[in-house]
Amino acid sequence: MKSAVVTFPASNCDRDMFVALEKITGKTPHHIWHQDSEIPDVDLIALPGGFSFGDYLRCGAMAARSPTIRAIREHADRGGYVIGVCNGFQVLTEMGLLPGALMRNASLKFVCKTVHLKVENADSVFTNQYKQGQVIDIPVAHHDGNYFADDETLAELEDTGRIAFRYVNKQGEATANANPNGSQHNIAGIMNKRGNILGMMPHPERLIEDAQGGTDGRGFFESIMNKIN
Amino acid sequence: MTDTIWNNNPEITDELVKEHGLTSDERVLMEKILGRTPTLTELGIFSVMWSEHCSYKSSKLHLKTLPTKAPWVIHGPGENAGVIDIGDGQAAIFKMESHNHPSYIEPYQGAATGVGGILRDVFTMGARPIANMNALRFGRPEHRKTRHLLSGVVEGIGGYGNCVGVPTVGGETNFHPSYDGNILVNAMAVGLADQDKIFLSAAAGVGNPVIYVGSKTGRDGIHGATMASAEFTEDSEEKRPTVQVGDPFTEKLLIEACLELMSTDMVVAIQDMGAAGLTSSSVEMASGGGVGFTLNLDMVPQREEHMTPYEMMLSESQERMLVVLKPDRVKEAEAIFRKWDLDFAVIGEITDTGNLTLMWQGEVVADIPTQPLADNSPEYDRPWVKTEPPAVIDPESVAAPNDLGETLLKMVGSANLSSREWIWQQYDHQVMADTIQLPGGDAAVVRVHDTDKALAISTDCTPRYCYADPFEGGKQAVAETWRNVTAVGAEPMAITDCLNFGNPERPDIMGQFVGAIDGLREACTVLNYPVISGNVSLYNETNGTGIHPTPAIGGVGLLKDSSKMVTIAPKHEGDVILLVGETTGHIGCTQYLSIIEGREEGAPPPVDLELEKKNGDFVRAQIQNGNVTACHDISDGGLFVALAEMAMASGMGINISLDNGDIPMHAYGFGEDQARYIISTSPANADKILSAADKDNISITKIGTVGGTSLDVQDAFTISITELLDAHGSWMPHYMANET
Repeated sequence: MKSAVVTFPASNCDRDMFVALEKITGKTPHHIWHQDSEIPDVDLIALPGGFSFGDYLRCGAMAARSPTIRAIREHADRGGYVIGVCNGFQVLTEMGLLPGALMRNASLKFVCKTVHLKVENADSVFTNQYKQGQVIDIPVAHHDGNYFADDETLAELEDTGRIAFRYVNKQGEATANANPNGSQHNIAGIMNKRGNILGMMPHPERLIEDAQGGTDGRGFFESIMNKIN
Repeated sequence: MTDTIWNNNPEITDELVKEHGLTSDERVLMEKILGRTPTLTELGIFSVMWSEHCSYKSSKLHLKTLPTKAPWVIHGPGENAGVIDIGDGQAAIFKMESHNHPSYIEPYQGAATGVGGILRDVFTMGARPIANMNALRFGRPEHRKTRHLLSGVVEGIGGYGNCVGVPTVGGETNFHPSYDGNILVNAMAVGLADQDKIFLSAAAGVGNPVIYVGSKTGRDGIHGATMASAEFTEDSEEKRPTVQVGDPFTEKLLIEACLELMSTDMVVAIQDMGAAGLTSSSVEMASGGGVGFTLNLDMVPQREEHMTPYEMMLSESQERMLVVLKPDRVKEAEAIFRKWDLDFAVIGEITDTGNLTLMWQGEVVADIPTQPLADNSPEYDRPWVKTEPPAVIDPESVAAPNDLGETLLKMVGSANLSSREWIWQQYDHQVMADTIQLPGGDAAVVRVHDTDKALAISTDCTPRYCYADPFEGGKQAVAETWRNVTAVGAEPMAITDCLNFGNPERPDIMGQFVGAIDGLREACTVLNYPVISGNVSLYNETNGTGIHPTPAIGGVGLLKDSSKMVTIAPKHEGDVILLVGETTGHIGCTQYLSIIEGREEGAPPPVDLELEKKNGDFVRAQIQNGNVTACHDISDGGLFVALAEMAMASGMGINISLDNGDIPMHAYGFGEDQARYIISTSPANADKILSAADKDNISITKIGTVGGTSLDVQDAFTISITELLDAHGSWMPHYMANET
């Protein structure tokens, strides 16, 4: 699988994403700088976490207007895969590639901890190596991960299997206590209609080796590889 | 000097000199160096360079006595940060620094810029920062400001560290009334570099260009260093404009741009603009290299209009660096900074005069010999009186509590021993994906990227010990970091110290300082654990009341094989619990006495450094042999609190039976004797460890086993882990929600 990681000014999980993709795919990913209008021909483009442009306007808003965005959009339009993790998810919503918005956490505080996620749809490009309903542990680290969309959009996401991951407790129940940021329907990650774009707040790239405390993040990357190879 | 210099210059009156914090003797020294009366700009420059904060004038006499050398020390104190050899041509670079005064006045920005400043100290030397730590002290929880200060400081640390993408992996937070009027915010950063890519600040090469990069210069932070060199009074909050404002986004760009620049061979010298901004960076670079600097202040990127030379030289605007480049490399270097959208300006060049010469609007506004300015700064042997250590408290004299179990719950649910999860959840502690021991253990552990190595980091100090007996307290602060680094299996390498004290002009406070330094020196010497960097923060006083002496220590250790690391959480039912070290039931100065009896009395536990070394070396060897499944050092709260922490971390019960002999159980269980560890091990390995201990003459006792769902101490108490977790986890969230 050929992949590329985009770096915006103050992206800060770009190296982590790069390392995870390299370790799991066995191939060195490409770098894309936010001003590159030409991008390499790859299967997957990853928008990493961080604080692009300092999150000073609205998280992801300025990155979504970078020179490289047009090329990423074209890649997506061709059916190429795109993932956005954390700040990357925020960029995808600001680009309009995914519906809804990510608001300030309900606690109004940054939250960094490992949460339980339920795989809501194990039949997607991004989740096929997990079991349907499987509960996995993945860390979150964000200030603005409170997913919001109007009722119609939420109903559509629910009805069409586009919710990839939901915050749950150990038993797999989507309770208020299990929700780290106040997201509607405990939504942690969603896909577009076509199923080639995914955004999620938790960081699968941080949990791919035992030394990091677990390997639950690997399945995410292995799912995409499985679709390519 | 041209005549024009005097035209727009106010008369330098005694009053003006005094307002700048210089004594009349210091004025005489200044005018001797200059050979004339200073200009206003020069007065400002002397004022900040000779402030306590920048000159260490009260402390340097004593600091010189600390051990700073070892075969693995590459650069000790004197550089932006200390550097140690961690093998394979790699180096760890670290330092801890205080940002106390600004954080009290404006907690968010004070703490945020504290993190920014310490990060710059580390990446200035060519290191990529890989971990942030901190040591925080607040006033008593009931104080009207504590909640606001805690909340602001934590948000500020998180706001900055999270954005720059350096994990904040741990630290310590205490509450005590002595900090009601002066909180302590000590930030530590650890970075990683190749030994052949370490950059220093000494400038060289007459004619080489001097470059300014980073953010523009504004009027923020003028006199910050002077503020940090005086006591607080009621009107100190009027000093809010002297607090700088941080921009972590620019810092992140600056880190990337500087590291990109330093990966080339263009840089001759580089220095961040920290306290006293452009002044201290240019003076240190020039005096360090024995050269002069001519700077054209009209070229300094400015955020505000009509800034005077005085303001530009004293501004503490953040996220700025000064770089000396090789000739003819300016264009190449500029391209890097333009790529990262940062200011880049050639503002001067190196001269052979030895002077810092400042030009502005065609006039010379300052012309100071840098060597005497930096090296002949005042040095004081301040009078001091020794702190007389209090008498040792007999454990028999402290009444037993009615219920030891209730007592333990009260202890683990107290302000000082409860969980800090509320704090560390606001810090991104996993970015960079190399954090392998999360906050909450004895030491944080981060991998050296792409290797099997890891660094263990711990910040420690027990100020109530230091107040009772600065010498023993100073020893203990060093010993505790050494023990914490040991308890994860790492080899302790070196420390950074952040010495927070009251007004050094008071002999009792100076006595605390001298006592603590004596303790630090002894501990560092015996443990072969040198001081490689540090910072002194004096005048932590409000209206004549000083803080508890707080020599915060940041210790760093190396794990050559990170897979050998252990945590405080036992792993398997049936594992054996061993207690290493002697328990005498030392009750004086303990958390028990403070929390349960409301008394802060008695001598602190003595630190036997030889025993510390013997026990620690034994424990580390057992961890590295793979015989140990979990390890925890015993510190605040004693044996019972340490056992409770292990049970809570693992979720597994522990069953203990103690032979306390003549010692009352509450003193045995809550006493704070030093040089002790609890380890868990498989039954088979327990025998190996016991016989090794016997051979090495180590005091070790089998005290129990892992299993069940409670912490059960025979003839004392049985408490479920759920109850412990509830007590331990609820204090801080409830307090911060204003529910306590």
